[in-house]
Amino acid sequence: MDVVKAVLEKHQKELDKYKPISVEKHLECRLDVGTLLITDPNDFDDRQLKENREEYLAALTRDNTQLLVNAIWELSTERVDESIVAKLPEPTTILPRLRKVPGPRPLTKWEKFAKEKGIVKKKKDKKTYDETLDKWVPTYGFKRAEAEKEKEWVMEVPQNVDPNTDMFQKKMDLRNEKVAKNEIQRMKNIVRARKIDMPRSGYLGPEAASSNQLLTALTVAKSSTASVGKFQDKLPKEKEARGLGIKELIPGAKRKASHITDQPEKEANLDLIKSVLNKKPKLDVEKAISMQKRDDRLAREAEAGQQPAKKGSKKGGGKGSRKAVGKKPKGNRGQRAPGKKLQTGRKRR
Amino acid sequence: MKRLSEERAKILFEKLSKFIGTNVRQLIDRPDGTYCFREHKDRVYYVSERILKLSECFGYKQLVCVGTCFGKFSKTNKLKFHITALYYLAPYAQYKVWVKPSFEQQFLYGNHIPKSGLGRITENAGQYQGVVVYSMSDLPLGFGVLARSTTDCKTADPLTTVCFHQSDIGEYIRAEDTLF
Repeated sequence: MDVVKAVLEKHQKELDKYKPISVEKHLECRLDVGTLLITDPNDFDDRQLKENREEYLAALTRDNTQLLVNAIWELSTERVDESIVAKLPEPTTILPRLRKVPGPRPLTKWEKFAKEKGIVKKKKDKKTYDETLDKWVPTYGFKRAEAEKEKEWVMEVPQNVDPNTDMFQKKMDLRNEKVAKNEIQRMKNIVRARKIDMPRSGYLGPEAASSNQLLTALTVAKSSTASVGKFQDKLPKEKEARGLGIKELIPGAKRKASHITDQPEKEANLDLIKSVLNKKPKLDVEKAISMQKRDDRLAREAEAGQQPAKKGSKKGGGKGSRKAVGKKPKGNRGQRAPGKKLQTGRKRR
Repeated sequence: MKRLSEERAKILFEKLSKFIGTNVRQLIDRPDGTYCFREHKDRVYYVSERILKLSECFGYKQLVCVGTCFGKFSKTNKLKFHITALYYLAPYAQYKVWVKPSFEQQFLYGNHIPKSGLGRITENAGQYQGVVVYSMSDLPLGFGVLARSTTDCKTADPLTTVCFHQSDIGEYIRAEDTLF
């Protein structure tokens, strides 16, 4: 009997080392086995928390962990390679996202334009019928280049081009240019989408730069002297770059250059007026011709005025001179016989 | 209000000299005080310095108009005179055109002057010369540009345009909101 008692006691002692697996809680804990999460809504015991805080917290944590483990053991388990595993259910707790939710892909410049104008992309057939080759040819991609080569095995050199030009090379160059342009446009789209700052000035090369950019680059370059371009000569009809944000690029543009002069405004204005008025008059061909015409006419009229005075003393002297001065245009009816009476045609008022 | 840049001042004086020739100097060199040109929102104003000083109390945005508005610079840096400039152009004008009383109203509605509407014209005016248009009773009505020189006018037939309309006093009503 002693032996039995001793064994039982020993067993009891071993059991005492472990805490019980059942845990009593005032309010039930929320469990989310999927994320191995347990949330305890019960209040802390204030007295125990004050007396021995660490022990109390450790005990509380153990209890709660026990609850979680109990819940795991309730799941169906299986043995894989000497270890027992359980399949966790789907987590029910919604975790906040670390990163921003990705938005829709920003549209490229063409896509934006097409959307505004309502242009819908038409789908092309994969193969098109080529009449010269008399067979179906792929519209793009595999074997397309081969078909093209077969079709254009000879190319005509146009008459206005140097006869030694390689038209095939020319065609290839054109194509390469297009590819390069497309690549630049693609880059620009990326820049636009990521809102990266691009250099707005500077020379981007003849293919890439627009005329506005070239003009801006020129204006910036011209004003980049020690005297902010004040003494740079201007070409005739040269334009200055204008537009949003261009003034900031041009050194000295924000400074009011006209105020720098120490000359009083009135004198400066008078000088300017003087230079405007003293401008050499341009040779005005129209004016010269019309003046020449007028002189000729006056000379002719003077001659015509003398003749009738010599010839016809019988006619009224005043009449003859009036006729010569106030001659009406003949309206393309050409020369008239000199002896003929002048009162023909419609009556003139 | 800012001073005109040298480039714009030059454009202004060139344009003024088209209408009043050497009399441009009179606008600046006045015995009754200093007058100057100022730019405000692309418009050119002719102001006496006394008024200019008074106007300095107002901010850029509050200010609508100071002195006499002469015209407006377009975005391509070209100056277009407004009818308000007539007050200073008319007394100094060197080349003038008088319109017949029958054509006065037509002109005030913004039409070009044909030969038939022409009453008198200054001698020796060349083509594209800026002219001030008067009624026969010597009332300035507006200004324009000659389409034909005086000598050509004599031989022109009655329906050809003699003077292109640029501005007339009818604009005080027609373009009231954009004038100043």
